[in-house]
Amino acid sequence: MLLCCGRISAMVDLWKGTPMKSLVRFCFVVVVLAIFAATFVPAGYALATGLAASRSAAPSPQTEAQSASELAPGSAQLINPEDLVNILQSPKGEKPLVLNVGPHLLYMQAHIPGAEYIGAGSDSQGIESLRRRVKPLAHKTFIVLYCGCCPWGHCPNVRPAYNELHKEGFTNVKVLYIPNNLGADWVYKGYPTIKGQ
Amino acid sequence: MRKAALIVVAIALAVGIYEVGRRSSAHSKPGVRSSVVHSLAPDFSLQDLDGQPLQLANYRGKVVLLDFWATWCAPCRDEIPHFVALQNQYREPGLQVIGISMDDGPKPVREFYQQFKMNYPVALGTEKLAEAYGGVLGLPVTFLIGRDGQVAAKYVGEVQMPVLEQEIKSLLQAK
Repeated sequence: MLLCCGRISAMVDLWKGTPMKSLVRFCFVVVVLAIFAATFVPAGYALATGLAASRSAAPSPQTEAQSASELAPGSAQLINPEDLVNILQSPKGEKPLVLNVGPHLLYMQAHIPGAEYIGAGSDSQGIESLRRRVKPLAHKTFIVLYCGCCPWGHCPNVRPAYNELHKEGFTNVKVLYIPNNLGADWVYKGYPTIKGQ
Repeated sequence: MRKAALIVVAIALAVGIYEVGRRSSAHSKPGVRSSVVHSLAPDFSLQDLDGQPLQLANYRGKVVLLDFWATWCAPCRDEIPHFVALQNQYREPGLQVIGISMDDGPKPVREFYQQFKMNYPVALGTEKLAEAYGGVLGLPVTFLIGRDGQVAAKYVGEVQMPVLEQEIKSLLQAK
């Protein structure tokens, strides 16, 4: 940010100190606006289309109840990796409690910064550990569960973990949608990753 | 009026530069090494489920199918009977299958081993081994290692058996 301030200051000096002619000024403004448009128009477009899509695809109560256990791709309970990255990196907004419910060896190799290891959602110890972790939390706490051990349809961990939180009454739980595995859909895409405990 | 325009433009530019920088830094962090294909297979020394030493270097001269798997992984379970069959069929010309389980403990692996009548050594994997092979960040992952110890192929996800068998035949023919 300091760098940005420095650049603004330098530009203002340049603007004030140089006797630019109208054409030069016009070109300067066009270039700046072009940079601005290139940066924000795609994001704005994506936001707009995303909102439109989510409105048109708003699940009926029945669909939502079904997908609560199935977590079908596209269902409201899921969050995409890119969206989670944006939330985690944004200086504003509520940050979720990110819980890893996959195998420990996978977590040790790579995990989302700040994510807590809970245990595999497929076994009773993992579920018990999850129950203990969330017990003191308010039911509206924003929680993101993830695993990434294997292709989405085969993951044995996220559904039991999600269903447990659902059963416990948590109302703001998302599951990170990892179509293939954590490597392909998170680490190799360059999203923030750390290893170890 | 001009000052106002200047401020707006400067802010837009600053935010633009900040955003471009943020995005590029978010995507430039390297993950773990993505592939070991066409390089010497990292050696390892582990204990199999019976407590016997299992060292990759001891299989130099054979074609090794190295399978990273887990009992809780459905595609892995589907592959195991095929690997058992391949081990039976190609043992004589020099194929050796080795299983590296990524389970968190040995108990389910031992049960699975008995249930599926596995006929090749299996050891529990470690973080260090997984990283040596480029990171096992999803299962299954299968490596084919030639007689010269070089990694010939890597398959991420459930492997297509005809493709795998063809590659095994090809590697077995190489002396």
